[in-house]
Amino acid sequence: MSMPFYVSPEQVMKDRADYARKGIARGRSLVAFECEPGVLIVAANDSRTLSKISEIYDRIAFGAVGKYNEFQMLRVAGVRHADMKGFSYSREDVSAKELANAYAQTLGQVFTHEMKPYEVELLVAEVGAPGTDDAEMYHVLYDGVVMDEQDYSVLGGNAEQISETLKEQYSRGMSLGDALKLGAKVLGDDAPLEASQLEVALLERSRPRRAFRKIKGDELASLLA
Amino acid sequence: MPEPSALPLFAASIDPGPSFADLLRTVAPHQLPSTASGGSTAGLDIPHGTTVVAVRSATGVIMAGDRRATAGYMIASRRIEKVFPADDYSGVSIAGAAGPAIEMVKLFQVQLEHYEKVQGDALSLEGKANQLGMLVRANLPAAMQGLAVVPLFAGYDTVRERGRVYSYDVTGGRYEELDFQAQGSGSIHARNWIKAAWREGMPADDVVALAITSLFAAADEDVATGGPDLVRRIFPTVAVIDADGYKALTDDEVETRSTALLQGPERGGRES
Repeated sequence: MSMPFYVSPEQVMKDRADYARKGIARGRSLVAFECEPGVLIVAANDSRTLSKISEIYDRIAFGAVGKYNEFQMLRVAGVRHADMKGFSYSREDVSAKELANAYAQTLGQVFTHEMKPYEVELLVAEVGAPGTDDAEMYHVLYDGVVMDEQDYSVLGGNAEQISETLKEQYSRGMSLGDALKLGAKVLGDDAPLEASQLEVALLERSRPRRAFRKIKGDELASLLA
Repeated sequence: MPEPSALPLFAASIDPGPSFADLLRTVAPHQLPSTASGGSTAGLDIPHGTTVVAVRSATGVIMAGDRRATAGYMIASRRIEKVFPADDYSGVSIAGAAGPAIEMVKLFQVQLEHYEKVQGDALSLEGKANQLGMLVRANLPAAMQGLAVVPLFAGYDTVRERGRVYSYDVTGGRYEELDFQAQGSGSIHARNWIKAAWREGMPADDVVALAITSLFAAADEDVATGGPDLVRRIFPTVAVIDADGYKALTDDEVETRSTALLQGPERGGRES
């Protein structure tokens, strides 16, 4: 019987991580900010129909970078998970933290046990009820690592570089327009991205139940102007 | 049932698609609203909702319902709600066994929102009406045991830019009404009242008044329908659905409109 070559676990994990990271770096980045009206999510996305940002539940949004079919499947699984939980318990019992943990569990499992890891990074964001100033942002990596982030969160291949810029330029309680302009700027390589290159959504705290809404068309153009 | 913390992931061949009811059927069938369990509920006094109406206006549609639930000759509740938003542009109101009806509404609401989130677009108004028909049909075994649920569905059709009204029978049969419909024990009285006064192009305000009056008339003639309760300030539930979406009137608004009824026919006084 022939023996396969021995490969150390460290090497296996490193190869998988490199593979996932490379896949993610091929796509464009996504940033999310806590701002005055809630949580703003801005993604570089040329497609008008294939979304990177979407609604999961009343106060919870989802953002992703990486391989479209993989995060699309995870997005739908998240909607199902949240709707089932809200249906069998109560709408208040659905939380971003729990959902982020469920994603982490799935991604971690796939990373160690499957042929290939998912080439995705996810953002799960939540805003509190009207009148509060609560906001939560969870950043989940391809290997199941979860990070609880404050102020801003950056996903994608350029994350480190963008975070450096944001460290200097982000300020708490930014207006919607300022946060959006900052997003368009840091996502662009040389010049800020234009409305047609952006996908933008807001978890708007003042909305009574479903806080999520897309910002597009004239509203997006006038906020960027 | 899967671990509560595990994500529901499916192989492509058994994926339940955008239907929440199918999802529940696949992973947690025990959470679906009850189906037949054998035996009859005859002799059990189960709370029943009574009269609801849906009436088309010039700009959309008005839904209204009284607040009484009866269990046999007992009043089970004097402040039950029977008119609910189904989503942003439609509403559903219920008559029949209150427990299964409220479960059905809850499932219907999640079903519509779930479809919208998974698919990225809302269902057409007709698609929503058909979905509700399927839920009513699924309840048929329970209806055979005496737990019938008969909803009314109404909404604003954003494509055709007008209000539409649908009614159902216990088998899930779905019927689109031209202008208005009433359901529940007092429905004959309410419907007749509406029929006598309704005309094409009626402004929403007038239709609200007509809907409130029709429920008052039904409460006058039917013991199971509750009229406005001026002592406890309990008034019918009224919702206006138009191009701006679903909006429930506040108690104060309904109260103002209800007190106008006090000037109507058959005022108080003693027979001498």
